[in-house]
Amino acid sequence: MVEFLQFTLSGISFGMIYAAIALSLVLIWRGTRLLNFAQGGMAMFTTYVAYEVIRHTGSYWAGFAVALAAGVVLGAVAELAVIRPTLGKPEFNAVIITIGLLIFIEGLAGILYGGQYRSFPAAFSVIGLRAGSTPLGVSRFDVFVAVAVLAAALLLGIGFRYTSAGLRMRAAAFNTTIARLSGIRVARVITVGWALAGLLGALAGVLVSPSTFLYPNSMDSIFVFGFTAAVIGGLDSPAGAVVGGLLLGVALSYAGGYLGSQGSDLTALVALGILVVVLMFRPDGIFSGARVRRV
Amino acid sequence: MTVQSTPRILGAALATAVLVVIASIKLNAFRDYQIAEIAIEVTAVAGLTVLTGLSGQISLGNGAFMAIGGYTTALLMLHLGWPFVAVLVIAAAVTAVAGAVVGVAAARLHGPYLAGATLLLGVALPSLADAYPGTFGGDQGLNVVFTAPGFLGVNFPLTRWQAWVSSAVALVTLVLLANLARSRIGRNWRAVRDDEVAAALAGVNVARSRILAFVVSATCAGMAGALLAIVTGLVAPGAFTITLSIALLTAAVIGGLGTLPGAVWGSLVIVLVPTYATDVATSHGLSTAVASNIPLAAYGVVLILVMLLFPQGVQGGVRWLLGLFLISAVPNRRTADAPDVPDARPPAGETPAPLAPPHEKEGTQ
Repeated sequence: MVEFLQFTLSGISFGMIYAAIALSLVLIWRGTRLLNFAQGGMAMFTTYVAYEVIRHTGSYWAGFAVALAAGVVLGAVAELAVIRPTLGKPEFNAVIITIGLLIFIEGLAGILYGGQYRSFPAAFSVIGLRAGSTPLGVSRFDVFVAVAVLAAALLLGIGFRYTSAGLRMRAAAFNTTIARLSGIRVARVITVGWALAGLLGALAGVLVSPSTFLYPNSMDSIFVFGFTAAVIGGLDSPAGAVVGGLLLGVALSYAGGYLGSQGSDLTALVALGILVVVLMFRPDGIFSGARVRRV
Repeated sequence: MTVQSTPRILGAALATAVLVVIASIKLNAFRDYQIAEIAIEVTAVAGLTVLTGLSGQISLGNGAFMAIGGYTTALLMLHLGWPFVAVLVIAAAVTAVAGAVVGVAAARLHGPYLAGATLLLGVALPSLADAYPGTFGGDQGLNVVFTAPGFLGVNFPLTRWQAWVSSAVALVTLVLLANLARSRIGRNWRAVRDDEVAAALAGVNVARSRILAFVVSATCAGMAGALLAIVTGLVAPGAFTITLSIALLTAAVIGGLGTLPGAVWGSLVIVLVPTYATDVATSHGLSTAVASNIPLAAYGVVLILVMLLFPQGVQGGVRWLLGLFLISAVPNRRTADAPDVPDARPPAGETPAPLAPPHEKEGTQ
């Protein structure tokens, strides 16, 4: 029972990071109908930026803030520089371009920092919390991770719901042509979407790196699981992204905990199993609406 | 046209075979190894370019099929000691079955959902080797012993024999795929790619067509994995990472998606450029970390530029150059006689293509 609680709590903590990546993918998907394969690579790079800032200033929070700002800039620049020119061309071209962007960013990080694993500081203590004498399996930092992502998701949700900028974004995601006809600058809305996605990715990178270490490929597996979470939830649904992330995080935590010595090697396979089962019954994810196919 | 071009394809394949044999005898052992590497890459990329370029399905997990082929080969050679030809057939059959299983799941999925499922497959499958080290040798992998046959003499270099075997498999694969692409099956793939609904209305079994594309693609990848096992003498999870799957896609795109000559161009680029770039970088006194990452960064840039500027890849450029000469020589005839696929435009994905008739369009330019 104690074990179960521990696995659940640590699963939620990791699941929130998957949720952050998933949410960033959903933001871009809703705006451009495009899956950004470079999301993990961009998050890795902004974490290196944070690493540099922390090394020079000695302040964790300065690095944290600069990383988020770098994420915003990187997201917007990526959209303007390489995605904008592909609008109106086959989607496939843009997908390949994001893969190219991923390879480029990882190569660049390799050139600048080499392949070695670097440790990245955590904001709070990583020593496990206890309730009385029972260890809970999570630390103060894990709680911070969950709270930070949840806060970001809620802020986004409120922004979408109650601000005019959010309304414009929802309109652009709903129907590009109608949005444009009503005077919304869809191109600008898309850039903002990419910038916000960059911010969420940067947040995920800073939050996960204390437990994964930092190296050019460090975000690859996090991206893959974040992506799986987004697909499970349905790429159109921000709520689905968070739920998908939590489901996946908890499921993988149980797999790693209960499957014995092989468990940690099989996490990817368990994720694949979950993905296949979900997609078998709902090919567009759990939170998808009715299926519409354009003819 | 079909009657004419089959000898043409065979001629091109034979000419390439002769070239490979001459080159492998003239060049040193390291170049022979590279020839083998290129042939392996061609085998896998050709399968992927058919899947993505012709049937319009993306796969980010073909490295997993290579792993299946490689491990099947290693296990059969290790435990049963079968000759390579028999092992290759079994490896191809096993990956074909795996491809069918994935294809059945994939036939229901579209665009990003398919990319996600195949990406996860590429990540998940090699981790089985770590989970069951007793069977698959864990991180160390399994060693494969492969020798040149006795009748070639004791002094015959193994690398040359490996280059020959790999090139033979690659060429046979290319010839078969070229024929398949021009057959009814290939036309169905293109019809499904361009407009699923129109294809279904025209009587094409969409699901079966898409699954078959996956089977063909997986079989090619499986044979490439088998070749990789005998050429490197080792199958280990580190050889089948997601980087491999992405490299395959990169090669297919740079060469020109959906074209078999493009698979050859792309493979040449992806095998030769890193070695060359690393050589140049180290000779200029750069550290190994920098030298080994320069090709990676360069690929990224090339991939982006190709997609922005030349979406038809190298083969598109080659065809354009040929066109400059051929158009004046043979007026008003289409270029469909070329031993590749006439319609080289990148797949439209789910974008609604204009309701074109689901057969080959003539004179698309």
